[in-house]
Amino acid sequence: MSDQDETFRAEAQAWLAEHAAKFREPVELTDEELVAASLAWQKEKAQAGYGWIPAPPEMGGRNGANRLATIFAEEEGRYYYPMFTGLGIGKGMAMPTIQKHGTPEQYERFGKPTFWGEAAWCQLFSEPSAGSDLAGLRTKAVRDGDNWIVNGQKVWSSWAHHADYAILLARTDPTVVKHAGITFFVLDMRTPGVEVRPIRQISGKSDFNETFLTDVVIPDANRIGAEGEGWACAMTVLTHERNGSSGSLRETDGGVRALIAKAAQSGRLDSAAVRAKLAQWWVEEQGLAHFGKRINAALARGESPPVAMVKLVAASKLQQMNAFHMDADEYDGLFLGDDKPEQEGVFYQYTWSAALRIAGGADEILRNQLAERALGMPSEPRMDKVPFNELPGVK
Amino acid sequence: MDLELSDEQKQLKEQVGRLLDEKATPDALRKLITSDAGIDRDLWTQVAELGLLGAAIPEEYGGVGLGAKDLCVIAEEMGRTVAPVPFFSSICLAAEALLLAGTEAQKAEWLPKIASGEVIATFAWNEGPGAADAASVTAKLAGGKLTGIKSPVPDAELADLAVVVVAGPKLALVNLKQSGVRLEPLTGFDQLRKHAKVFFADADAEAMDAADGHETLRRLYDRAAVFEAFEQTGAAESAMLMARDYTLGRYTFGRQLASYQAIKHRLADILVMVELARSNALYAAAALDADAADLPVAAATARLAATRAYEIAARENLQLHGGIGFTWEANCHFHYRRARLLALNLGSAEVWEGKLIDALSAENAPAAA
Repeated sequence: MSDQDETFRAEAQAWLAEHAAKFREPVELTDEELVAASLAWQKEKAQAGYGWIPAPPEMGGRNGANRLATIFAEEEGRYYYPMFTGLGIGKGMAMPTIQKHGTPEQYERFGKPTFWGEAAWCQLFSEPSAGSDLAGLRTKAVRDGDNWIVNGQKVWSSWAHHADYAILLARTDPTVVKHAGITFFVLDMRTPGVEVRPIRQISGKSDFNETFLTDVVIPDANRIGAEGEGWACAMTVLTHERNGSSGSLRETDGGVRALIAKAAQSGRLDSAAVRAKLAQWWVEEQGLAHFGKRINAALARGESPPVAMVKLVAASKLQQMNAFHMDADEYDGLFLGDDKPEQEGVFYQYTWSAALRIAGGADEILRNQLAERALGMPSEPRMDKVPFNELPGVK
Repeated sequence: MDLELSDEQKQLKEQVGRLLDEKATPDALRKLITSDAGIDRDLWTQVAELGLLGAAIPEEYGGVGLGAKDLCVIAEEMGRTVAPVPFFSSICLAAEALLLAGTEAQKAEWLPKIASGEVIATFAWNEGPGAADAASVTAKLAGGKLTGIKSPVPDAELADLAVVVVAGPKLALVNLKQSGVRLEPLTGFDQLRKHAKVFFADADAEAMDAADGHETLRRLYDRAAVFEAFEQTGAAESAMLMARDYTLGRYTFGRQLASYQAIKHRLADILVMVELARSNALYAAAALDADAADLPVAAATARLAATRAYEIAARENLQLHGGIGFTWEANCHFHYRRARLLALNLGSAEVWEGKLIDALSAENAPAAA
């Protein structure tokens, strides 16, 4: 750490001590309150140049280095500040992609409302027949003068009902191999023909949606990158999504210490089998925390650390730990009770962990990635290197 | 906590790696197993000449005076190559014990000789089956005479000097080249690191300066566990890469063996274990260098992560080689055997799981009260 970094850290700490004081304790918020509070906090940060540190002041930043953003995030992480997914998608996934693949005009046009806390985003990538095989997507965009006419169905779009913008992948050329015929757009979610329907999940909640697109008009000025460059844009988005998920996983994780207390309370801590499980989860929890620090340093050096392992380990661990939390009370662990207010959270985490093992790259896809990218093993044999419209199931 | 290696440490790693790659070849290891020597003397001399033995020994005692993390870097390379030298016994156990609990005179007499490689030292705690346990030690030191039986003792036949755990618990320093000491070689599962049963019959011995024997032993094993976690992590990575390379080179049913998802996913899981082990080991090394309060937890975490990574990498490496992996000429067995030795020499996973959970639940207790 240079002196400059330490000066910045001290400055950020002082600013947060004043402005984030209201987030010292966790608070329960409704979805609507969370959205409003997240955007308001983003605006407050932008006014002080902390909205997106690498951006210029008119975009809520201060032209600072990326590592200063990491320092700020570390300090901000000490508070229970409001952060809803739609803001994270905008700042952490949409904007880096638009910056890399779009024009400076587009970066400014979409970046300003995003970094100033005036726009929430969602991601319209997956489809009913394109999940892990995302490049098999069928939503099509057809050029019509200066516009594109989009028709199709998207699924798993988190917070789409609160989004102002979406990042959208659509097929613009079905006559070439599937990865080559995709284009990346920004969609204004208030455009006529966009219909968002909530999906009821196994948790009982509806964080995700189906989004139906019927003759939706997108101006060509909202196309990011060239026609056919959509897959490269999608890879940029996914890289940022998987790296970002490490932090959010740590927050939702109740922690092994709490589980040890639970095991002690239920009289199970003397069991060697229980100790072995707890120790293994602890090894993973600590290992991931330390690995997270190493990732940042490696990324700063321009290396490609195996970030895919973070979600792979964390999601399964979350599932196993919450199952154990129920086990600890035997049969009664399956029921809510006045004497165990945390049980509702346990149920929720156990169901949510099932989604985490799938979203943003299923366990199986992540293992392929680790083997191929980190260990240099061969990619999967492919049967889809033909024009998209000649694929089995499509034609 | 700094979880990176410094440029100097990276250079050190490369330098040690080059020497060991040249000397500790699989063929050299195969010869050594049957030769009964238990050490490559030539390699030991070179390791000493490079200053590796004295890396973490202070300059006033003839060492180089680097930090614990530098020792970790060396241990990692020793593990990667299954180097046939008594580095762990002499440096990571005995020299560390002397630094923790030696009298000024003992340190001044022995550490320079250990740093130069002239003296090989070892550490003796276990007394037959069962985990090393400070409370049940029966070996006794009375009136400068040591009596008792220690087994298994690593590198005992090579060693001139031993730090011995005696009832109390206390530590005793014993010259092994004397008439009151008799060795009985053991036939071990990993004959690349030989062990012996050591009989002490009124052997001349000196008390060391461990005021609180329990605390000294705990600290010694916490420190040793961190060094060994690096040894295990380096070895696990080596076994993983061996398996990767073999499956890349072999073709079955018209495809590279490495192209099968069953193989890729297994190696991906091992990669995850190796990265977790490395991350935990680096944190523990930083805790060691800082002598941090959470060293006991960090050391147990590092040891458990590394033990698991090495055991599974060593087993799956042999498995992925298929039948050839079971042959003497293939190189899988070095790791397959060494992984077991390192899993038990400082206490089994169950022992360290116990230490870890005890420490964590003790931290929880005040909050619950």
